[in-house]
Amino acid sequence: MFGFILRRLIAAVVVLILTSFLTFTLFYKGPTNPAAALCQERGRCTAEKQEALETSMGFNDGLMTNYGRFVGGLFKDRTISQGATYTCDAPCLGISFRTKTEVSKDLLTYYPATLSLAIGGGLLYLLIGVPLGVLAARFRGTVFDKVLVGGALVIGSIPYYVFALTAWIFLTLQTSIFPTTQYVPITEDPTQWFLGLLLPWLILGITGAPTYARYARGQMLEAMGEDYIRSGKAKGLTQRKLLFKHSLRVAIVPIVTIFGLDFAALLSGTIFTESIFGINGIGQWTLTSLRAPTDFPILTATILIFAVFVILGNLVVDLLYAVLDPRVRLT
Amino acid sequence: MTATDTTPEARKASGTPLLEVKDLTVRFPTYDGLVQAVSDLSYTVEAGTTLGIVGESGSGKSVSSMAVLGLHDTRSAQISGSIKFNGQEIIGMSENDMRKLRGNEVAMVFQDPLTALHPFYSIGKQIIEGYRIHNNVSKKQARARAIEMLGLVGIPQPQTRVDDFPHQFSGGMRQRAMIAMSLVNNPDLIICDEPTTALDVTVQAQILDLLQKLQREFNSAIIMITHDLGVIAEIADEVLVMYGGRAVEYGVTREVLTRPEMPYTWGLLSSVPDVAGISDVLVPIPGTPPSLLNPPTGCSFHPRCTFVSQVPDNLCVTTLPVLERSSTGSSEHLSRCHLRDPAAIYETEIAPIVAPDRTESPA
Amino acid sequence: MNTAAPGLPADQPEEVSGSPSQAELLDLEAALAARPEFQPHKAPELDPTVKPILTVENLKMYFPVKSSGLIRRTIGQVQAVDGVSFEVPTGGSLGLVGESGCGKSTMGRLITRLYKPTSGRIEFDGTDLAPLSTRELKPYRSDVQMIFQDPYSSLNPRHTVGTIVGAPLVIHDVVPKKQVLTRVQELLEVVGLNPEHYNRYPNEFSGGQRQRIGIARALALQPKLMVADEPVSALDVSIQAQVVNLLQDLQREFGIAFLFIAHDLSIVRHFCPEVAVMYLGKIVEIGDRDSIYGHSYHPYTQALLSAVPDVKQAAIGGRRERIMLEGDVPSPINPPSGCHFRTRCPIAREICAKHEPPLLQVGKRHKVACHFPGELGKHPVEPLTSRLLGVDDDGNPDPGGSPDASLVTKPGYDDTWFDLDTKTFGRA
Ligand SMILES: Nc1ncnc2c1ncn2[C@@H]1O[C@H](COP(=O)(O)OP(=O)(O)OP(=O)(O)O)[C@@H](O)[C@H]1O
Ligand SMILES: Nc1ncnc2c1ncn2[C@@H]1O[C@H](COP(=O)(O)OP(=O)(O)OP(=O)(O)O)[C@@H](O)[C@H]1O
Ligand code: SF4
Ligand SMILES: [Mg+2]
Ligand SMILES: [Mg+2]
Repeated sequence: MFGFILRRLIAAVVVLILTSFLTFTLFYKGPTNPAAALCQERGRCTAEKQEALETSMGFNDGLMTNYGRFVGGLFKDRTISQGATYTCDAPCLGISFRTKTEVSKDLLTYYPATLSLAIGGGLLYLLIGVPLGVLAARFRGTVFDKVLVGGALVIGSIPYYVFALTAWIFLTLQTSIFPTTQYVPITEDPTQWFLGLLLPWLILGITGAPTYARYARGQMLEAMGEDYIRSGKAKGLTQRKLLFKHSLRVAIVPIVTIFGLDFAALLSGTIFTESIFGINGIGQWTLTSLRAPTDFPILTATILIFAVFVILGNLVVDLLYAVLDPRVRLT
Repeated sequence: MTATDTTPEARKASGTPLLEVKDLTVRFPTYDGLVQAVSDLSYTVEAGTTLGIVGESGSGKSVSSMAVLGLHDTRSAQISGSIKFNGQEIIGMSENDMRKLRGNEVAMVFQDPLTALHPFYSIGKQIIEGYRIHNNVSKKQARARAIEMLGLVGIPQPQTRVDDFPHQFSGGMRQRAMIAMSLVNNPDLIICDEPTTALDVTVQAQILDLLQKLQREFNSAIIMITHDLGVIAEIADEVLVMYGGRAVEYGVTREVLTRPEMPYTWGLLSSVPDVAGISDVLVPIPGTPPSLLNPPTGCSFHPRCTFVSQVPDNLCVTTLPVLERSSTGSSEHLSRCHLRDPAAIYETEIAPIVAPDRTESPA
Repeated sequence: MNTAAPGLPADQPEEVSGSPSQAELLDLEAALAARPEFQPHKAPELDPTVKPILTVENLKMYFPVKSSGLIRRTIGQVQAVDGVSFEVPTGGSLGLVGESGCGKSTMGRLITRLYKPTSGRIEFDGTDLAPLSTRELKPYRSDVQMIFQDPYSSLNPRHTVGTIVGAPLVIHDVVPKKQVLTRVQELLEVVGLNPEHYNRYPNEFSGGQRQRIGIARALALQPKLMVADEPVSALDVSIQAQVVNLLQDLQREFGIAFLFIAHDLSIVRHFCPEVAVMYLGKIVEIGDRDSIYGHSYHPYTQALLSAVPDVKQAAIGGRRERIMLEGDVPSPINPPSGCHFRTRCPIAREICAKHEPPLLQVGKRHKVACHFPGELGKHPVEPLTSRLLGVDDDGNPDPGGSPDASLVTKPGYDDTWFDLDTKTFGRA
């Protein structure tokens, strides 16, 4: 087990290095020149000015040197010259071109919103999806099952932003059934935190749950057909125990796998949800960084965050697998 | 086991057998049509005895015995006839009453012990669970019972192995654990659905030994489903030969296997070589097992039977023979065949192939 | 007709029974299904004079076992096949029996060179296949074919029967493209399937019929040797006999030699004039049918044989006397020292833990690997091998003794052997 985790962590670091390096290369060899944008920002850009800016930003020092500086900044404070000179505390992810603030500090500001959204949405994926799937499997072939499968298909075929936007317009903007969506830190006001995120959570949950319901239904049907469920029945177990204990225990394992990856995606920011509901999370932050001129330090940071979550998600899923399934011995 | 009139003693006095299956018919409606898995099956099992059920794949062995435990999904199976256990009718019994019977008075051992045990729960946990469904005892008491049962079925160091998972056991040990789980409530009837098919012969011998030992100890009745006539010969008191969902031969093992009366049983006997090499000739049964969607008319074995022409009036093709005592046979032996004098045919044509030693010196 | 089954009276029912109605029975059978394999088939006999087509010498296959931890070192080996030697006569058949996991399938995969052996020789028709590369093997691939156990998973469900059976013909370019179909239909006919069904898919066939498709595919290249790995285990008894008889007909008709792998001792007895019994990667006893089934000398063979349930027991009632083996087969990763069987052997003694018993020839065509070889109930009290190994009866080094040089296990049989009664080498 320990060897497994260690091996996976080493692999994770290698992947992270590769990802960050690739992003960096794009940044440097890409078609846009950040120095040009910066230069224009300060009015009347001449060739010399731009030249000087490029030199001070270190563009002439080569890719490897710059990458080295970036990695170094993760561990110790550095100063960054970007027109003016900024100090950047470790772990330093750079200075935003646009806001001139430290990317890592911004990240800390925006992240709680995304995290809140992800946790609630992810929980609802499971809490709505899995029980519905289990019930559909239990009442397989009945009207309930058919309505559920059909409903899942319909919801699945509506584009997410249409769904979210409609819900927002009708449920908060026009009727105020739900309070205005917003992000209030939980430390500030738990009630407001909850109320402000309620609709986004529900929308995330309702749109994500059908996938889980369908998947859970399939997994449950498979599990319920297994020989050991028949043995359980032959022992005299109740239908409820067979369903919610013996079958679900098996069906949940593959569900956890896809959930791990979905959750990683949620943690990396939900661009549509954040924009539509006006929540300032890293999704929106990423979106603004993409507006020309591209804010590369932010972009690099968000790509790295995404990579970290995908890798961690995978690792956690594998570890959970070993916990859930005693046949899997992680060696 | 609670009502006084169903105690074994009372039953014996009143003459009701432990299990009495009568005209059991099980059908499954499917997209392709109605699968006639079991048709008009009748048999009885007395306490402490063993009934062997043989037949090829798809002949309805598992379906018929699963009906005894009420394991069929009532939404997808049409079941008719009567199954009386300890005088109680099982068909139509409420799910709640049925559950009290399952695992408690009637238990089942399945063919593949790896897939029949839950892979995520330890062996001990599964036995404990089975015990606590039917007995109001503490976890600790149940655990002690599980360890005792594992010891009884010959698992070495049961105190530690009780916490192992099924995949940590070998095939033979898993089947022992499965038997321990079935026997934990001292059932009156154990249905073994091919308990040794997945095992090596040496392990099969161990398991059969164990079953017999436990049967003697607890006076349980056993229904042993198998496709190996050798297993039947060694442990069954009575044997039921199934073909195409019907009983085609039924009686005391010794009678049925030494004086078989039905061409399918003859075919079964002549298509297995024997290890002692007394009969070194192999005569297969031609053709393939019948479809249960469109079973053959008349005798379901007629498309594969080589004796059809010895029966007058094309009876084999037109009329279903009755399961009855043949004109020359004994009362302990029923068969379903139109042949007039099967005993004579067996003596002259079949015995020389399947039991040449016996024809030389009649027993 | 070839030499493997001299004068086999398979299609002469008079041999079986002299009664007049017997002839009638078989007429009918012929009318019902004009297939030879539905007629009574006798067990083939051994012809000791034919040359071997396959000679396996000291063959080993060790699979590495990796450690856990950061660096995955090889910490052990699964000794799946551990120094096996035998011969298969041209057009004859050798049976390979033993419990699950003893290395039978691995043996089959080595001979068809699906695995590259760790060491040893696989001499096929005069060529050692063991060291050959995949490319060098190609000319031999058609000569050695395999039939697999599972008729359900061994055929590609998306290919028609014609494609499946014709594939080897196309790959090896044996017949012109235009004639492939004709040849496929011939092959289907040979194995008793309707040649018109070449366009169907495997799922439209029953288990027995699928196994026939597998056999037709193996036959396509007219192999000289077929490795049949449990060819009938997955089939119903009534269908097993059909397939066994079909294989027997094919063997007779085309002179194909068989390495017949099975755990069913009765089927092997019927099919193979010679049998090798394996335990944990080693051959513990090998010999002709009579030596193995009539008077085996190894306690494992004896236990195995006695464990087979016997229909004949119905006449006597109760269960047969048998030698009960305790426990399960040990792991091939750390097999017991000395004799691999000693942990379950009812007659094991000290010497068994210390020395591996040599596979000693004890009859004209009979070899056994046991320190105490003897018929059931007549195992000697003193180890017969101590003098040959140069040790005393407890297996401790004997100052005066030295190991006999002739103990190297070779395939095949010698003209002289160790006589169990006189305890000396000699001829019968
Ligand atoms: N739920 C079901 N729906 C439809 N058909 C079924 C169902 N269960 C069983 N059958 C069919 O009923 C027939 C009898 O099956 P059964 O399992 O009793 O055979 P068996 O004698 O136990 O065979 P085996 O030796 O392979 O276990 C088979 O043809 C099977 O396909
Ligand atoms: N590719 C492999 N890697 C590692 N171990 C293997 C491999 N193939 C087989 N083994 C091991 O080698 C041993 C022999 O396996 P093999 O499949 O040859 O047995 P077998 O005699 O054919 O058994 P069965 O009767 O169950 O088919 C087993 O312990 C098996 O686990
Ligand atoms: S009734 Fe006819 S077809 Fe059926 S087994 Fe008897 S002889 Fe054969
Ligand atoms: Mg069955
Ligand atoms: Mg194998």
